[in-house]
Amino acid sequence: MATVIIPTPLRKFTNNTPRVQVAATTVQEIVDDLTLNFPELKRHLLDEQGKLRTFVNVFVGDDDIRNLQQEQTAVQENTVVSIVPAIAGGRA
Amino acid sequence: MNYQDIKFSKEELARYNRHIIIPDFGLEAQQKLKAARVLVVGSGGLGSPVLLYLAAAGVGHIGIVDFDVVDDSNLQRQVLFGVDAVGQPKVEAARERLQSLNPHIDITLYNTQLTSANALDIIRDYDVVADGTDNFPTRYLVNDACVLLGRTNVYASIFQFEGQVSVFNYVKNGEVGPNYRDLYPTPPPPGLVPSCAEGGVLGVLPGIIGSLQALEVIKVITGVGEVLSGRFFIFDALNFESRTFNIKRNPSNPLNGENPTITALIDYEQFCGMKAVEIPVKEITARDLYDMQVRGDDFQLIDVREPHEQAIVSIGGELIPLATVSEQSGRIDRNRPVVVHCKMGGRSAKAIRELEEKFGFTNLYNLKGGIIGYIDEVQPELTKY
Repeated sequence: MATVIIPTPLRKFTNNTPRVQVAATTVQEIVDDLTLNFPELKRHLLDEQGKLRTFVNVFVGDDDIRNLQQEQTAVQENTVVSIVPAIAGGRA
Repeated sequence: MNYQDIKFSKEELARYNRHIIIPDFGLEAQQKLKAARVLVVGSGGLGSPVLLYLAAAGVGHIGIVDFDVVDDSNLQRQVLFGVDAVGQPKVEAARERLQSLNPHIDITLYNTQLTSANALDIIRDYDVVADGTDNFPTRYLVNDACVLLGRTNVYASIFQFEGQVSVFNYVKNGEVGPNYRDLYPTPPPPGLVPSCAEGGVLGVLPGIIGSLQALEVIKVITGVGEVLSGRFFIFDALNFESRTFNIKRNPSNPLNGENPTITALIDYEQFCGMKAVEIPVKEITARDLYDMQVRGDDFQLIDVREPHEQAIVSIGGELIPLATVSEQSGRIDRNRPVVVHCKMGGRSAKAIRELEEKFGFTNLYNLKGGIIGYIDEVQPELTKY
């Protein structure tokens, strides 16, 4: 089971769980699984076309999936996938 | 000034003694600090520790940009200020506090908002910028200004219990590192990501993250250690976990990717979707387009529909589907009129706004009514769908 780290701003959509275990072989499968189990997460992660929003970065291990195979990036048993949205604190 | 010409008084040497005696730091690093010019944008949660530690470290010239006034609710985390400063402009209260910490440094105040109109002029006077602002438009503004001017941008950002740090646009061995647009090409639409005012922030968090930011500024200035360039650090205060990711430059970065299209500062509030008013786009009627085609006028026709739509019916446009418009902006001409069309005129208007806002195009015309309108008006023999 791969481990997905849910960022603070999105934890309220995952019953406040900071880490979710997902059985998956690609990042796409992880995203599908998450949005299926946590429907409110969907609009924060995906745009109207169902693609990952560009202000949400996904890292497999220490690498940005944009530098790997995007949503087709493979995920193993002990992979840690991190979801990291843009944050700017304060006003906006 | 060349740092090698920097001299210290007896008092300064005594003050910075603990830096000077570190074997891998020494007098040379201290000279570099004194010669350095650092602009700190925002003197709030992040700015407080950044300013305090840079002043303590002996950075010779510090600029502070903030248009705000000290509020009591700031004191939960903005440790630069005290109750006596409530009601005072932050930059002035900051200078008082910092000069009392270190009278040997120079501080310049900018009691103003950083905008596209003044950012280049202000940042130009400094070597390094530490961005501790609290909104997305300014993040992109600072980023773009630093890339356009060739300045290092030490970035840090916080929300609730999480923080991020990286060093953008850093040059090492002639190579330029990633910048904010490589990491986050577009900002979240307003309202999707809550702010500290709505979401709150653990007061000590900016203290931690801002201190890391100050650390990176010091490393950039002195050349000591490994600067956090090409790396993106995130910290989760609740779980006490941190992770450092590898980040790279993105070839489609409109600032300094393979086909740079941004050569000036833009309207960042518009970029971040904060301007409610929809800017009208220039339009062209189907009849006018038809005439241009028949006359053989010199122009480019762009079709922003999907491939399967173009397969049904086409009027000769170059296909650049809407979602790919930014990354393919290099294909769009700037030197002759460009007509953009879709099925009915909605998507093409969106494409034009995006291109105008992000890349400063001024020669784009929307086909009113799209290809359907065109078929109805001038070529009824074509297939509608």
